[in-house]
Amino acid sequence: MSFDTLVFYLLAALTVFAALRVITARNPVHAALFLVLAFFSTAGIWMLLEAEFLAITLVLVYVGAVMVLFLFVVMMLDINLVQLREGFWRWFPFGVVLAAIMVFEMVWVLGSRQTVETGAQVAKHAADYSNTKELGRLIYTEYVYPFELAAVVLLVAIVAAIALSLRHRRDSKSQDVAKQVAVRREDRVRIVSVPSGKKAGPGIED
Amino acid sequence: MSFLSTLFPAYAEIFLLVMVSAILIVDLFLTNPNKTVTYALVQLTLLGCSMITVSTHQHGVVYLFHNMFVDDLMSDVLKMLSYLSVSMMLVYSRNYLMVRGLFTGEFMALTLFALLGMMVMISASHFLTLYLGLELLSLSLYAMVALQRDSAIATEAAMKYFILGALASGLLLYGMSMFYGATGTLEVAAVSDAITHGVPNKALLVFGLVFVVSGLAFKLGAVPFHMWVPDVYHGAPTAMTMLIGTAPKLAAFAFVMRILVEGLQPLMVHWSGMLVILAVLSIAVGNITAIAQTNLKRMLAYSTISHMGFLLLGVLSGGIDGYGAAMFYAAVYVLMSLGGFGMIMLLSREGFEADTLNDYKGLNQRSPWLAFVMLLLMFSMAGVPPMVGFYAKFSVLSAVVNAGHIPLAVIAVLFSLIGAFYYLRIVKLMYFDAPESHVPISIQPDSGLLISMNGLAVLALGIMPGTFMSVCAVAVQQSLLLH
Amino acid sequence: MMELLQAIEQMGQSLLGVAWVPVWTLVKIVAIVAPLMIGIAYLTLAERKVIGYMQVRIGPNRVGYYGLLQPLADGIKLMFKEIIIPTGSNRFLFVVAPVLALMPALAAWAVVPFADGMVLANVNAGLLYILAMTSLGVYGIIIAGWASNSKYAFLGAMRSAAQIVSYEIAMGFALVCVLMAAQSMNLGDIVHGQQGKAGLFGWYFIPLFPMFLVYLIAGVAETNRAPFDMAEGESEIVAGFHVEYSGMAFALFFLAEYANMILIAALTSIMFLGGWLPPFDVAPFNWLPGLFWMLAKMSFVLFLFLWFRATFPRYRYDQLMRLGWKVFIPLTLIWVVVVGAWMQTRFWLW
Repeated sequence: MSFDTLVFYLLAALTVFAALRVITARNPVHAALFLVLAFFSTAGIWMLLEAEFLAITLVLVYVGAVMVLFLFVVMMLDINLVQLREGFWRWFPFGVVLAAIMVFEMVWVLGSRQTVETGAQVAKHAADYSNTKELGRLIYTEYVYPFELAAVVLLVAIVAAIALSLRHRRDSKSQDVAKQVAVRREDRVRIVSVPSGKKAGPGIED
Repeated sequence: MSFLSTLFPAYAEIFLLVMVSAILIVDLFLTNPNKTVTYALVQLTLLGCSMITVSTHQHGVVYLFHNMFVDDLMSDVLKMLSYLSVSMMLVYSRNYLMVRGLFTGEFMALTLFALLGMMVMISASHFLTLYLGLELLSLSLYAMVALQRDSAIATEAAMKYFILGALASGLLLYGMSMFYGATGTLEVAAVSDAITHGVPNKALLVFGLVFVVSGLAFKLGAVPFHMWVPDVYHGAPTAMTMLIGTAPKLAAFAFVMRILVEGLQPLMVHWSGMLVILAVLSIAVGNITAIAQTNLKRMLAYSTISHMGFLLLGVLSGGIDGYGAAMFYAAVYVLMSLGGFGMIMLLSREGFEADTLNDYKGLNQRSPWLAFVMLLLMFSMAGVPPMVGFYAKFSVLSAVVNAGHIPLAVIAVLFSLIGAFYYLRIVKLMYFDAPESHVPISIQPDSGLLISMNGLAVLALGIMPGTFMSVCAVAVQQSLLLH
Repeated sequence: MMELLQAIEQMGQSLLGVAWVPVWTLVKIVAIVAPLMIGIAYLTLAERKVIGYMQVRIGPNRVGYYGLLQPLADGIKLMFKEIIIPTGSNRFLFVVAPVLALMPALAAWAVVPFADGMVLANVNAGLLYILAMTSLGVYGIIIAGWASNSKYAFLGAMRSAAQIVSYEIAMGFALVCVLMAAQSMNLGDIVHGQQGKAGLFGWYFIPLFPMFLVYLIAGVAETNRAPFDMAEGESEIVAGFHVEYSGMAFALFFLAEYANMILIAALTSIMFLGGWLPPFDVAPFNWLPGLFWMLAKMSFVLFLFLWFRATFPRYRYDQLMRLGWKVFIPLTLIWVVVVGAWMQTRFWLW
C-alpha cells in the first residue's frame, strides 16, 4: 500500500465517521461541527486527486462561509432535541433501505466505469500543472453556456431573496447616510427670537 | 464581431437576459406604483424576443456552445408560444396583482427569468443545460408563489412546491448521473449514440431512467407524483397559478422530448411502459378527483393532471403522429388554461377571489358574454366537438390507436367522459342557477378584449386546426429526424 | 547562504535517507514559528509603547531596560494563572476553541515567501490557500463564544462571525484583482510580477490603490482590531468572545490575534508593496537582503495597525456592516471589471 492509498483510506474513514456523527450527534451545534470535519476530509481527498482548486474552494466556501453562517443560525436557535428526534426510529428502516439502494447503485456505477476503461491509468501531472488554470480555461470556453446559466440562477436567487425578505420596518433604527448628508441647517435648527426687556409676568404670590 | 455572429441562434436568450437585467435596474428608479413603464418594457421585451426568434430562424438543426444549445423548428415554435403565453398572462394578471399590491418590478423580473429558464430548457441539448434551465424556471416560480407574504396559504404552497421541487430535481440529477456513469457523456445526442452502440451495464441505464422519469413526472405533476399540484395551484395567487399552469408545460414537453425521445430513444421499450402507468393513473385520478372539488383552482389543478396524462399518451405512442399530437395538445392546453385562470382573475376584485364554484352561479345573468366565453373554454377542456380541445384529444387518441395501444385509448376516452361532468357542471351553474352575488363586474378593457379573443381562438382553432397541427408535425419531424 | 543550505541538505540526505524530508520540514517550521512568536511578543510591547507615546505617556518601562522584558513577564504571569472552565460550558469545545483560533493563523505562514525562494511550500494555489486559512480563524471565535455559555461571549461571537464573513468577501475580491494583475496565484510569482525597472512604481498598490485600501481595512476588520473590535467591545460586552477565558487559554487567543495581524501585514506587503523587493533597484538599496525589505514593509503595515487603534473610535455595528456591504463589496466588484478592462489596453504598465 502506497502512502497515497494510506492517506486516502484515512481521509475516507474520517469522512464517513464525521458524516455518521452529523446525523447521530445529539446537539445540533456538534452536528454542524462534524459536518465541517466531513468537508475538511473531503477536501483532503480532492487534494489527493490533484484537484487543489476544488479542495481549497470547498474549504473556503463551505467551511469558511457557508458553515459559519449555518453555525450562526443553529447556535441562535432554541431547538427542542426531544421533538427533533421524535419518530426517528419509525423512519429509520426506510432510511436504511434508501441508503442501501444508494450504496448499491454507487457501486454499480463505479463498477461499470471500470469496465468501460479497463485499467486506464490516470496520468500524473507535472509539477507546474495548474488545476486552477485548466478549470478556468474549460469554464470559459467549453462550458461557458452552463456557467453563465448558473450565474443567472444565482441572480434569480438574489432577486428572490430580496423580494421575499426586504420590507421596510418603521421601527428600524438603522441610519440612512444619504439622509444624514442631505440634511440642512433649516431642518434641524430653529431660531426663535425671544422678545427681551419686558418685565416678567406677575409672580406666584399674587 | 465574428464571435458575436456565431451566437446568432441564441440571440433571443441573450436579448432577454440583457433586458431583464436592465429592467431590474430601471425599475429601481421608477416611483410610479402602477409600474406602467416597467410593464411596457416587459411587453416590449417579449415582442422583441419573438421578432428575434422569427428572424434568427434557420432551416435545420443548429448546435451552439459545444453542442449544449440547439436551435430547431420545434424550439422556435415552442418559444414563440411561450412568449405569447407569458405576455397574455401579464395582461390578465396586471389588474389582479395591482389591487393586491403584488404588481412589482420583482414580479415581472422573476416572470422573465422564468421565461428564460423555459427557453433554455426548450433549446437544451445537454443534460447540464436541461437541468440548469429547469432550476432557473423552478427557482423563479418558487419565489413568485411566496411573493404574497402575508398570506399563510401562499407561503405554505411555496414551501410545499419548493421542497417537492427540490426532491424532484434531486431525482433527476441522480438519474442523469447514472447516465453519465454508464455512457461517459452528458450530451443528449452522444448519450443516444452510446446507448445504440451498446453499453456494458444496461441495467444501470434502466435504473437511471426510473429516476429521470420520476423526476419528470414530479415536474409535470403526473400521478403518483402529483401531490403538490392541487395545493400549489390553490394556494398561490391566481396570477402565479396561471404562470405555473401554462408556459412551463410547453417547456416540460420540450424537456420530455429532449431527454426521453432524443436522448433515450434506444430505451423506448422501457420508458414507454413507465409512461403508460403514469398516463393512465393521471387521467384516472385527475378526472375522478376533480369531480369532488368545490374550488375552481383546485379543480383546474386536477384537470391539469389529467391533461398531462394525455400529453404523456401522445409521447408514448411515438412517431411523428404521436409527438406532433403531444405538442399540439400542450399548446392547446396552455391556451385553454390561460382562458380559465384569466376568467378567475377577471371576476376577482379587491378582497375577493372568484375561485369557488359557487361564484360562477348565474354568471349568465350578470354578464352573458363572459359566461359564453367560459362556456367555450369549458367545452374545449371537456373535449366537446367544435372546440380545439376535442381535436387535441382526438389527435392524441388516434396516435395511440395507430401505435396499437387500443385498450389505452379506450381507458382514456372513458375517463374523459367522466371528466366532462365537472366541466359541464360549471356551464350548468352559469346558465341554470341563480346568482349568489350581484356585485357588478368591472373589467379592464385590455383583459376583457383578450379573454374574448382567447375564447374565440379556442373555437376558431377547433374549426380549422389543420394549419397549426401541421406546424407541430413539421416541427417535430424536422427536429427529431434530421439527426 | 544558499550554498550553506545546499550543503546541509546534502549532508542530511546522506545521513537520514527517507526520514530527512520530514525532519527538514520540521526544522523549517520551527524556523518560521519561533521568530514569529518572538515577533508577537514584541509586537505587544510595541503596541503599548507606540500608543503610549501617541497619548503622551511612556508605556511599560519597569521590566528590563525600556520595558524590554515586559512581554516575557506577561507570558510567565499568564502561564501560572489558573484556567477556569465555567459551569454549564461545553468542556471539550471550550478547550479546543483557542487552538482552533491559533492554528489557521500559523498554518497560513506555510506559503508566505520571506525572500526570493525563501518559502516553506511553494504551491501554485498559494493565494487560495491563504484565503481559505484566514477564513477559518472565525471558528475559534464562534466556538469559544458558544461553548462559554455566557451571553457576552455569545454576543461577541455572533458579531465576529457576521463581521468576518462580510469582510472576507471584499477581501477576496481585492485579491482577485491582485491575481488578475499578476496572472498567478503563487505568492512568489505575485512578487516577481511587481519586479521591474520602475522600482516602487511597479508595485501593485499603484494600479490597485483602492484595492490596497480595501484590503488593509478589511484586514483590520478580519483580525477584529480597533476600530472594528466589536467582537471584544470592552465597553459594551466586557471582552466579547473571550470573556470567560483565563490563563494560557486566553493567551492563545491573544497569540492568534497578533499572529493574524502579522500575517495580514505580510500579505499586504507581498501583494501590494512588492514583498522582498527594494523600493529602487539601485546601489544603496539593493545591497540590503530581500528579507530586510520584507520585514521593513511588514513593520510599516503593523505600525498602521497600531496607529489606527490609537486614532479611531470604535465603529457602531450597523456602520460596520454598511461599510462592508455597501461600500467595499461594490467598490471591489467594480474594480475587478476596471482592472480587467484596463489590462486589455496599452495603458497597463504593470
